[in-house]
Amino acid sequence: MTEPALLQARDVRKSFGQIEVLKGIDLTVSQGQVVSLIGASGSGKTTFLRCINLLEEHDGGEILLDGDPVGYIMAGERRKRLSETRISAQRARLGMVFQQFNLFPHLTAAANVMLGLTKVQGKSDAEARDIAQHWLGRVGLADRSGHYPYQLSGGQQQRVAIARAVAMQPRLLLFDEVTSALDPELVAEVLSVMQGLAESGMTMLLVSHEMLFVRDVSHHVVFLDQGKVAQAGPPSEVFDNPQSDRLRSFLGRFHGLFGRG
Amino acid sequence: MIDYHFDWSVIARNAGKLTDALLLGLGLAVVSLLIGSVIGLLAAYARVSGKAWLSAPVWAYVEFIRCTPLLLLIFFLYFGLPEFDVTFLDKTQSFVLSLSLYAGAYMCEVFRAGLASIPKQYVEAAKAIGLRPWQRQAYVILPVMFRITLPSIGNNLISLFKDTSLAAAIAVPELTFTARQINANTFRVMEVWLTVSALYLASAYLIAMMLRLLERRYASIR
Repeated sequence: MTEPALLQARDVRKSFGQIEVLKGIDLTVSQGQVVSLIGASGSGKTTFLRCINLLEEHDGGEILLDGDPVGYIMAGERRKRLSETRISAQRARLGMVFQQFNLFPHLTAAANVMLGLTKVQGKSDAEARDIAQHWLGRVGLADRSGHYPYQLSGGQQQRVAIARAVAMQPRLLLFDEVTSALDPELVAEVLSVMQGLAESGMTMLLVSHEMLFVRDVSHHVVFLDQGKVAQAGPPSEVFDNPQSDRLRSFLGRFHGLFGRG
Repeated sequence: MIDYHFDWSVIARNAGKLTDALLLGLGLAVVSLLIGSVIGLLAAYARVSGKAWLSAPVWAYVEFIRCTPLLLLIFFLYFGLPEFDVTFLDKTQSFVLSLSLYAGAYMCEVFRAGLASIPKQYVEAAKAIGLRPWQRQAYVILPVMFRITLPSIGNNLISLFKDTSLAAAIAVPELTFTARQINANTFRVMEVWLTVSALYLASAYLIAMMLRLLERRYASIR
């Protein structure tokens, strides 16, 4: 009995001008799974992630979220682009955490979390405030809810951003290199929040260069190389039994953390 | 200056008139800034719309206003419009229209630059939580833009306040016009101009200080 696929990508293609960045990506994420995308810069990881919540639009193949194509509907044989309102509704089912945190600078931590709850989900201010307070507590920032982003450290900002995404109870949480912009000593606090979410059964798709974390937390690891899936499987397989020179040399860059590198 | 004896009693005798005139000038500036901001915001959206039929006329409007003297615009609307049977504006309203159109062109440039300077990442975050296009404008883009452009808006308010002196040319009883009237009646030219200059200076400086406070209040964007 296979679990139902929450996210299914088939032969996803994307070009920027003449450059084909994604050359046919296949990927499945099941409910409750943590799936990680690894690969060198320019391999297409971030672009793929951004196609899922329509910050980029793929121009070939299909991405299905709970069976619904993302970004368009089929009108007979033809694809019809969804209206902005429908696209917004699809995005509301997904959460995204960005490399640069992207907190709204004019809002406090609590207000950052509340904005989507009130304006997108139509919750009352009081209810949204309770939810925000709950999630800020969960990421260890209960006492920072009245602070503005500029008053918070990078690690704290990123934890607020995680609270903002997860408070919406998304079907799937997307993490785009969320520790890459952090000072090294702040990385751990963010990773531990993510670990907690993974353990609570949150479905997550992450792009990360934190290889130890990826190996620890993932159910499934996908190595992208030049816009294609070069190897995919459980972390033990991908990290300990790399099938290609390119994966071997990619992993070797992480200071011999894995096997003989 | 030989044998000029200062007699400040003229100021005391006309204090009420001068106060009214000062308040009128401040009111004209604030109202024009408000109307100009609405014009400027719409114009800025037209400019960034990417649609030539929207942005070209706005471009022409902005350049026309920026490249012609304000006084000509004031004369044109006050003396010119009645020739086209637009007679329902009194001189104060006509001046407010002129100053608003003038402010609108400058505010358009301020807001256009503000919209262009909003980091893409905030817009993406707004998209990612599922805000619809107009919600992204209302809850993220405009509030951030307002904070970014606050210093420029403040500078424009101070400029507009000083420009209200041009209303004297069509006999709107603001500070400069009132000063000339008092001069004509009393010939206490030095006392009156010194006082009026001090009033302009103090008011503009006060506005600047208040804006400084407002900027600090909204300094959440670094």
